[in-house]
Amino acid sequence: MEAIVHFSYLVAMLGFVIGLKFLSSPSRAKTGNYIAAGGMALAVVATLVGAFYGVPISVLKITLIFAAIIAGYLVGKRMSDRVAMTEMPQLISFFNAMGGGCAMILALIEARVDATPSTASLSLLWAGLIIGAASFSGSIVAYRKLSGKQKDKKAAWIMWSSRLLLLVFIAAPILYVYEFLPQYLELISLVLLVLGLIYGVIFVLPIGGADMPVVISLLNSLTGVATALAGILYENSIMIAGGIFVGAAGVLLTLLMCQAMNRSLFAVIGGKFKASKAGPGDEEEIEITTTSFGEVATKLAFAQKVAIIPGYGLAVAQAQHLCKQLQALLENKDTEVHYIIHPVAGRMPGHMNVLLAEADVHYDILKEMDAVNDDMSSYDIAIIIGANDVVNPAAETDEHSPIYGMPIIRAYNCREVVVIKRGMAKGYAGVENKLFGYENCDLLFADAKDALSGIINELKVL
Amino acid sequence: MIEFFIKNEQMIYFLVLCTFLGVELIANVPAVLHTPLMSGANAISGIILIGAIIIMMKIDDNDYLSLALGTLAVFLGMLNIAGGFLVTSRMLQMFSGKKKSK
Repeated sequence: MEAIVHFSYLVAMLGFVIGLKFLSSPSRAKTGNYIAAGGMALAVVATLVGAFYGVPISVLKITLIFAAIIAGYLVGKRMSDRVAMTEMPQLISFFNAMGGGCAMILALIEARVDATPSTASLSLLWAGLIIGAASFSGSIVAYRKLSGKQKDKKAAWIMWSSRLLLLVFIAAPILYVYEFLPQYLELISLVLLVLGLIYGVIFVLPIGGADMPVVISLLNSLTGVATALAGILYENSIMIAGGIFVGAAGVLLTLLMCQAMNRSLFAVIGGKFKASKAGPGDEEEIEITTTSFGEVATKLAFAQKVAIIPGYGLAVAQAQHLCKQLQALLENKDTEVHYIIHPVAGRMPGHMNVLLAEADVHYDILKEMDAVNDDMSSYDIAIIIGANDVVNPAAETDEHSPIYGMPIIRAYNCREVVVIKRGMAKGYAGVENKLFGYENCDLLFADAKDALSGIINELKVL
Repeated sequence: MIEFFIKNEQMIYFLVLCTFLGVELIANVPAVLHTPLMSGANAISGIILIGAIIIMMKIDDNDYLSLALGTLAVFLGMLNIAGGFLVTSRMLQMFSGKKKSK
């Protein structure tokens, strides 16, 4: 029996490997997801069979395990069925919190059940406990931030206490092993758990909302590590493999995301942009031109080639369907419409693609920034919807700007540019957008939804 | 330290190789797929559920608190797995459904 279980684990591990591989290629991603899910199902069933086979087990336990599994499945299905595409990032964060919570509880029970663990298993146990707890509470804070329930918070005490906590996490196990601490395993575990929870909260609190994708990816990676630690503790190969895959892939994904934003991981974690050392004359007032729905509609009607550059604001206003309507309207007039997507537009890389996919926008007209950036002058008009920093020419021209060096969409090269935004508020980076001062740039102050429906109505009348 | 290494040599090899494999596997992912990939990886980390099942078997039948915690752990793990894979599949559905339509 044990051989069958181990063989199933091997197959399940291959499922994860192939699944992850396929998930990173556009044409096979869907298959990859099924393969990984299949591997997971196999691993779980094998574990259950292996656990129940030949060992006397109480009805109570069987009932509890199956009830929990069924309930978990139903709740997970319900949540994922109902979520709107705009809320996707926070849901991922929420699910990640569940995994971290599971790792945390596991370690706590282990501390209760196993009264005298060896030094090695004690370190594994506590490491899993703290990482799980931090991942749990951190993901919850990230979830709340993304749903707009939690504001950023920066304070000196947060930085100091997080350093202090790290010190405690390292010192406590050493002190315990050398018997400087009272030998109450369960109590100390509980204290460490609470400290881990606190650490997760203060780790994520100072980090800005727009950086949440990076944080979620990092926390996801942490959950993977906690899983792998538990796997080592139980000498369970599939847990180690699955956990380490996620841990390693998560770190790489985090770095890739940072790269796309031209920010270092440390800057993200520190929750800050380089303080802008504004040279003299940098703070000059930018003269802006505003425009109206009708004017934009007229411009669009005469354009041959239109670029739509979506961002954060489109997702917040949930205006993707209107966007599609506008696109359809223009295409009926034989106007070519392209969406140009910055790698970090929205709240997550790929967020815009998912959002526009929901509105049935065809894959072929979604252009990645790098593919069209040298060719921007061929567009008659660029409509920028709720994006700001990703089109700010200061990133290319102003060495003192905090976003200098970040790759941007060169919207300023288009013949005309219309920026739809709610107000003069600065983008996430907190810098003035020089684009607004450009001669070919007009601003339309409105909510993305109102603006688009306004333009559509005018366009229909024309 | 050295003793620990010798005793767990295989395990350490396994860990190191898995780390490199994990990095290699997704090294060429295009930005479009970052979100689904993150979601998929998140679902895989739900493998912690197996640990929850294992520990449920170790718990004494009269230790009700541990049983309750264990049940909660199984629930959370399963929620992570089911939710993770279903959300990923929903996201990917949208990409591919559109490609076929034209």
